[in-house]
Amino acid sequence: MITIEGIFGTRMGRVIGGWLNKITEINRKYATPRIRMSRSVKIALLFLRLYLVLLIVLLGYKFWTLIK
Amino acid sequence: MDFGSTFFYKYRRFVKALKIYLLLAGPGLIVMLADNDAGGITTYTVTGAKFGYGLIWFLLLLLPVAYVVQEMTVRLGAVTKRGHAEAIFDAFGSFWGWFSFLDLALVNWLTLITEFIGMTAALAIFQVPPIITIIVVSIVMMLMVLQGRYWTWEKIAILFAALNLIYITAAFLVHPSVSEVISVGLIPHFPGGFNGTLFFFLMANIGTTIAPWMIFFQQSAVVDKGMKEKDIPWGQMDTLIGSAFTVIVAIFLVVVTGTVLYGSEVESAAQAAVIMMGTNPWLGTFIAIGLFDAGFLGAICISLASSWAFGEVFGWAHSLNLKIREAPWFYACYLFALVSAGMVVLIPNAPLVLITLFVQVIAVTLLPAALVFLILLLNNEEIMGKYKNTTLQNIAGTTIVIAIIVLSTLYGITTLFPELLV
Repeated sequence: MITIEGIFGTRMGRVIGGWLNKITEINRKYATPRIRMSRSVKIALLFLRLYLVLLIVLLGYKFWTLIK
Repeated sequence: MDFGSTFFYKYRRFVKALKIYLLLAGPGLIVMLADNDAGGITTYTVTGAKFGYGLIWFLLLLLPVAYVVQEMTVRLGAVTKRGHAEAIFDAFGSFWGWFSFLDLALVNWLTLITEFIGMTAALAIFQVPPIITIIVVSIVMMLMVLQGRYWTWEKIAILFAALNLIYITAAFLVHPSVSEVISVGLIPHFPGGFNGTLFFFLMANIGTTIAPWMIFFQQSAVVDKGMKEKDIPWGQMDTLIGSAFTVIVAIFLVVVTGTVLYGSEVESAAQAAVIMMGTNPWLGTFIAIGLFDAGFLGAICISLASSWAFGEVFGWAHSLNLKIREAPWFYACYLFALVSAGMVVLIPNAPLVLITLFVQVIAVTLLPAALVFLILLLNNEEIMGKYKNTTLQNIAGTTIVIAIIVLSTLYGITTLFPELLV
């Protein structure tokens, strides 16, 4: 079975494993947003998602034109 | 009551209020003066050289912009007792939490590099090698935080912030025509007509006024200082005074470069200092010292903003009131940010110009999210209680946030695709 310790060595593996456990713990702790998802909140979050997609597309396009 | 008694009573009240203010002042003053960081100083220097006094009126408009946004962080921090990174995780879940946190860590680290670029360029004018600048600055910055008290750190930071006012002295050295400053600078107009270059400079000035790290820094500083709901009015006053100072410093710098360098092709504050050194050594020295101080102040705030955010998200102890053995990860983050950013500047042929441009683009990915979350959190009655935004605050806040998002996005896009401006 592939383990983190097997990939990175025992000591480093423990450190990375500890970080991954911490990240999982944080994800579990904040799994449910506390804010009530009213229509305005949903619209704002949708806008932010679309905005990020647009920026990523622009950054990708710039990167593509640079390496072309 | 006779006149003497009334005067004495008012004097005592004023002294008492001043004492309370001096106790509670700090986060607003520091964040606002640190807003004039190395990048900001460069922007104002080039603005003055290119447009003279013509855009001073626009800088005045930035005062309410900075105040309205940063005031919200004071209320949010004082009420929730949480930093902005933790508040986003808690309110919007782990996706937006991780996005904001990782983006902040990247933007702050890249911005820190630009602060080191500014500091090394400023001291290079006095023949100080970059490696010495970076080592000494890193040691001083570590000593500032290792003394174990937020209060002491804050007062030292305010001293460095006060050095930012050197640009006011510099303005008196160049003897500008006050009537010209008023007639050209205070009447809104677009010098040379509204064109792509002017629009780029307007966007750049807006971009330096509100940066993502400022929101995270001030909220965390309010929490670390231990400000409570009853301290909010003092925090608001602190932010207002800080906003006024940041705009005053910017205006005086524009007056200096607008008087001495108007019409010259200047690309950075360090270059401006070198040119001025040739005509008036005192003036050049002041500009160089100001640039170094701006980078230093920016660096201490940005590295702290990152360390606080790491502590909040990972649940580590994260306060300047803790000793190094009580909060080892907090101080390790701070040291790592400083040393790694400093080392990048020392790499021969490192793409420093590219990094400077990249900062502007990456900051644009985080700023809208941080601002939108701020407005949403400030409107949540469950979180803010009676301190939630009023209708007037919402109108002002939302208008300003939309304007910042549009202009900073256009700024980021034109940085990516400069041919759009032609």
